[in-house]
Amino acid sequence: MARVIVVTSGKGGVGKTTTSASFAAGLALRDFKTVVIDFDVGLRNLDLIMGCERRVVYDFVNVINGEANLNQALIKDKRLSNLYILPASQTRDKEALTHEGVEIVIEELKKRFDYIICDSPAGIEHGAHIAMYFADDALVTTNPEVSSVRDSDRILGLIASRSRRAINNEEPVQELLVLTRYDSERVERGDMLALDDVLEILGIPLLGVIPESQTVLLASNEGVPVILNERSDAGHAYADMVARYLGEERPHRFLTHRKNFLRRMFGG
Amino acid sequence: MSATTTTNPPEQSPQRAAFELKGSLFTLTIFYLQSSDLAVITQHLRDKIAQAPGFFCHAPVVIDLNDLHDPVDFTALVALLRQYQLIPVGIRHGSEAQSTAALAAGLPLLPKQRAVKRPDTAPEPQAPEKPLRKYTRTRVYSKPVRSGQQLYAPDGDLIIIGTVSGGAEVLAAGHVHVYGSLRGRALAGVHGDNHARIFCSSLEAELVSVAGNYRILEKPSDIAKLHQPVQIYLESERLMIRPLT
Repeated sequence: MARVIVVTSGKGGVGKTTTSASFAAGLALRDFKTVVIDFDVGLRNLDLIMGCERRVVYDFVNVINGEANLNQALIKDKRLSNLYILPASQTRDKEALTHEGVEIVIEELKKRFDYIICDSPAGIEHGAHIAMYFADDALVTTNPEVSSVRDSDRILGLIASRSRRAINNEEPVQELLVLTRYDSERVERGDMLALDDVLEILGIPLLGVIPESQTVLLASNEGVPVILNERSDAGHAYADMVARYLGEERPHRFLTHRKNFLRRMFGG
Repeated sequence: MSATTTTNPPEQSPQRAAFELKGSLFTLTIFYLQSSDLAVITQHLRDKIAQAPGFFCHAPVVIDLNDLHDPVDFTALVALLRQYQLIPVGIRHGSEAQSTAALAAGLPLLPKQRAVKRPDTAPEPQAPEKPLRKYTRTRVYSKPVRSGQQLYAPDGDLIIIGTVSGGAEVLAAGHVHVYGSLRGRALAGVHGDNHARIFCSSLEAELVSVAGNYRILEKPSDIAKLHQPVQIYLESERLMIRPLT
């Protein structure tokens, strides 16, 4: 049975789209048929991160309005044959995402794919609500910083009360924490919240800690999900995260600060 | 949170509200009506006044209809009572027909008293009525209360087994218990019960309030009490925070 996974956060700029792209690519690397949907209608970015912006002809809203069928709108990834992207419309607004329309599309995708990743827009309004409404699992993307943690807490409250599973009194949505942009050096200095602080406030299981890394920005600019960069810390962390999601045991890395080679040599 | 039940911090309401609503308990005189004959009532009232002139002195009274099953002309009765300086504020124990007539005459229905004991002599001024504790229903919630969530127990106590996050708000007519960290706002006794208390396993609250007396925790003396199990209650209008040990 296909699973619907929402990547959400409340706050903007914490790494939802980066996480969506890498998580989807990671599942596809493991031979699962995976589709990633951009719910950020009007501010679409997933196509850029996935490097398919020049191949967008029809989009999610076209499918909802019956102006195109799913096959026309789904973009096959250049690198991974199991990975598809359903881009958002850039010229419309979030109201174009109707409950009925989104439900029909998701039910259709469930027949064809193993995993459906929903990249939520920021905020708690209609766009974010509809992105999480049909979810079975939620990856709550959070930065180690108080405002991001509070917004994640808010989103968790909405998932627990307003998702389809909550409304139908089904088994609750599985909530998992993805702590992104974790800078262990700044945590040690006390500039950033430590992992334990975040876990204590949010009280949900940890799926992965993604270290702050220059390679993330680089990957975004190049349009390659960072998980495909074999020399990136963040890429490795995403690979671990996917493995943990699939039930493997992996120790959490990148939690402590490791002085780099030169600074170790010269005692910096 | 509704502005009707607590005093808002001044910085939250730049413009002062025109009014506030709060609950309170009063001792009222009960007027046990035993006859619907206005002439008889008038006679009795005259006798009472003759015994103690000026005794009633605009006293608010509640008309009790437990002993009377005849229809009553409430408009005339109200006029009569007012003439003798008694101000009827409501009725109780009326039959369905009596209650309808009373409402039509502008008299509200007051709740029934449990186990009605009627004194032998009719109106007994100053008979103290036991204040009824009207709320009883306790709400138990055993999930974390997330930022932006509001949990309200309008008729009784609120028990939360889990943390109350920053930006969340928990309110109760009675006590508030938090078996976890209290990081948001907690308001007990929102209908004005001075005896309501807040209990929590770890105090990290943004704001605490009992019966509209609120406090934000930013003074050094408050900060010393943070991260401790405490109870919060009113002592002569002052909000006290005491360790639970």
